[in-house]
Amino acid sequence: MSVEQMESTTALTALRHKHLLSTADLSPEEITLVLDTAEAMKEVGARSIKKVPALRGKTVVNLFFEPSTRTRTSFEIAEKRLSADTLNIAIATSSVVKGETLADTALTLEAMAPDMIVIRHSSSGAPYLLSRICRSAIINAGDGTHEHPTQALLDAFTIRERKKRLSGLKVAIIGDLLHSRVLRSNVHLLTTMGAEVWVCGPPTLVPTDVQRLGVRVTHSIEEAVRDADVVMLLRIQLERMEGAFFPSLREYFAVFGMTEARLHLAKPDVMIMHPGPMNRGVEIASEVADGPYSVILDQVANGVAVRMAVLYLLAGGAADEDAA
Amino acid sequence: MKTLLKGGRVVDPANRIDGVCDVLIDGDRIARVGRDLSVDGATVIEIPQDLVVCPGFIDMHVHLREPGQEHKETVATGTAAAVAGGFTAVACMPNTTPVNDSANVTSLILSKAAAANLARVYPIGAVSKGSKGELLADIAELKSAGCVAITDDGHPVATAMLLRRAMEYAGMFDMPVIEHCEDPSLKADGVAHEGYQASTLGLRGIPGAAEALGVERGILLSELTGSGFHVAHMSARQSIRAVRKGKEAGVKVTCEVAPHHFTLTDDLLAAPIPYDTNAKMNPPLREAADRDAMLAGIADGTVDVIATDHAPHHYDEKKVEFDRAPFGIIGLETAIPLALDRLVHAGLIRLPRLVELMSVNPAHILRVPGGSLAVGSPADVTILAPDLKVRIDAQKMRSRSKNTPFDGWELRGGVAATIVGGRILYAEESFGSFGTFGSFVGS
Repeated sequence: MSVEQMESTTALTALRHKHLLSTADLSPEEITLVLDTAEAMKEVGARSIKKVPALRGKTVVNLFFEPSTRTRTSFEIAEKRLSADTLNIAIATSSVVKGETLADTALTLEAMAPDMIVIRHSSSGAPYLLSRICRSAIINAGDGTHEHPTQALLDAFTIRERKKRLSGLKVAIIGDLLHSRVLRSNVHLLTTMGAEVWVCGPPTLVPTDVQRLGVRVTHSIEEAVRDADVVMLLRIQLERMEGAFFPSLREYFAVFGMTEARLHLAKPDVMIMHPGPMNRGVEIASEVADGPYSVILDQVANGVAVRMAVLYLLAGGAADEDAA
Repeated sequence: MKTLLKGGRVVDPANRIDGVCDVLIDGDRIARVGRDLSVDGATVIEIPQDLVVCPGFIDMHVHLREPGQEHKETVATGTAAAVAGGFTAVACMPNTTPVNDSANVTSLILSKAAAANLARVYPIGAVSKGSKGELLADIAELKSAGCVAITDDGHPVATAMLLRRAMEYAGMFDMPVIEHCEDPSLKADGVAHEGYQASTLGLRGIPGAAEALGVERGILLSELTGSGFHVAHMSARQSIRAVRKGKEAGVKVTCEVAPHHFTLTDDLLAAPIPYDTNAKMNPPLREAADRDAMLAGIADGTVDVIATDHAPHHYDEKKVEFDRAPFGIIGLETAIPLALDRLVHAGLIRLPRLVELMSVNPAHILRVPGGSLAVGSPADVTILAPDLKVRIDAQKMRSRSKNTPFDGWELRGGVAATIVGGRILYAEESFGSFGTFGSFVGS
């Protein structure tokens, strides 16, 4: 099914939310809709003319309060392929401290009536504040240590593309769980879709009560990786050593690093994923990152299609509200 | 001038009174309490029997923000909020700008209080100069200027040694040391209770142990020095356990709990408004087991005082990202409805115990007048309407700030009237204008 055909179906407006703030808000049907739509969008990216008019006349603001290369460019390409008018605003946090509050920035933007705002911010919950002030649809492109919903959607897309399903898969997520927004979005999404999610890291980097999200917690990477269908590594930030979360990068790699030896514990067709940017030799050995099981670059490629799908579906919802 | 409060249920646990009585006020003093008093020349106010006449409620933990943060609150607006909330007196914390570490600041606060002429104000001085945790403030000077206790509230006293010295020194004047209990390294840059909600929302956590460590430290030092130690705004179940053990061991430790800590949990961080900055306070809203431990401590006597930690912040200051917002909510105008609804009507405690928690005990701990309707006491009276249906409306509050998570809440029980020094300074709408107290308000 192509994008042009999809435009005539009513299923397109099935996202029940105006904003995309958290994957916890999404039902299995909504997640499936996004992933199905992303398949059609991926086909657009394979054409010689990679552009459809779906968001023509719509304005999308990319409001980035944190430096980001891959997420921002991914959104920007997605918006351009959908023919949206895009505007990038990068605001260094330091200048915000001096001047305008987030609420005032939001009101200023709102006065220019964008249809959607994609926000990346270092404070957990910042997109919620924006959603209470703005009439635009808000897309959370990463807020503090809270969530990064489009990353989880593109991860799910990448998994489904290979495994043809999410339900019943053993997914091991290993690394700095405490500070990871990718973790939280993935846990909500994968458990909603019926995957068996294991999380693994040193106790200092495991969020309190994380098992209440329906995941298995282990501090043994061997246990996490054993018979896994998917192994997802999370970035270890170098400054965490100063917070005494672990003694050294060398020791971290020895205890929790994803090595070829550990890879053999997983299923023969295991997928190795990483949201990037990677620390080679810390959370993942280069042989694994560059090896045959790695889908890390597929994740990046799929990011564009999934973000096109999200933008497209949220714009459809917004148009319906205007009509009503 | 004599006023006779005729009828109504008088609850005065300090004098073992709980029954329908009359209270005679002569000028600014209580003149008599008894059945069927008839007094020539007294103005008679007929009190309906479903109202409860109590010694004035005292909130021993309030931030009046003056001097220096008058955009949040002033002594005048704060004491207006106090009388509207049923409090006849408040003790105000020293973390103003400048800090109340000198007679100058104390005198300024007291002169503002005298000008406002509403609730009584008892300033609390700083433990250390500038609350910086280095040198002791001039505690004798603070005492003679009118301070009733010392604290570095907002933060714990910086070191165990300084806290020890403060206890020893203030003990000489029989002044309690009030402590914001918290281990700074364990609290770190936390913004919410360390638990499921903070984990899910990606908020940096503050474990209950951070508070309990401070409580344990203070109890040990109170035992060492023999001086009184009062735990401010307790929130963690481990802290309740520590105080209970300390009391069993005979240590002179007392503690307070704020209404939000016996009512709310950290679930408020997620719903109904995700990342609501009015769910952000320090100590943070904790989980159900902690909230239930506060209720148990209130019921079994471990908790001595209900105090609000009234912490006004301007609308602009709270309308920011969660981790950038200041800690604290206002509490003066919601405390009594919450206490009646959640403690008394819930069957946890009876009214005499509530009066102990909100009047008798704070007066005793701070060694201030009040907490009793004995003859000769100040005529400070809180009249409760336990069955009044109250709908909390932040916009109608007297406080200059409106930062409350209870806006729109419907609660059973409220304040009928507040009398300070014999003057009726507040009457709730249905008892005002054309009601019981209508023509007497402000007299």
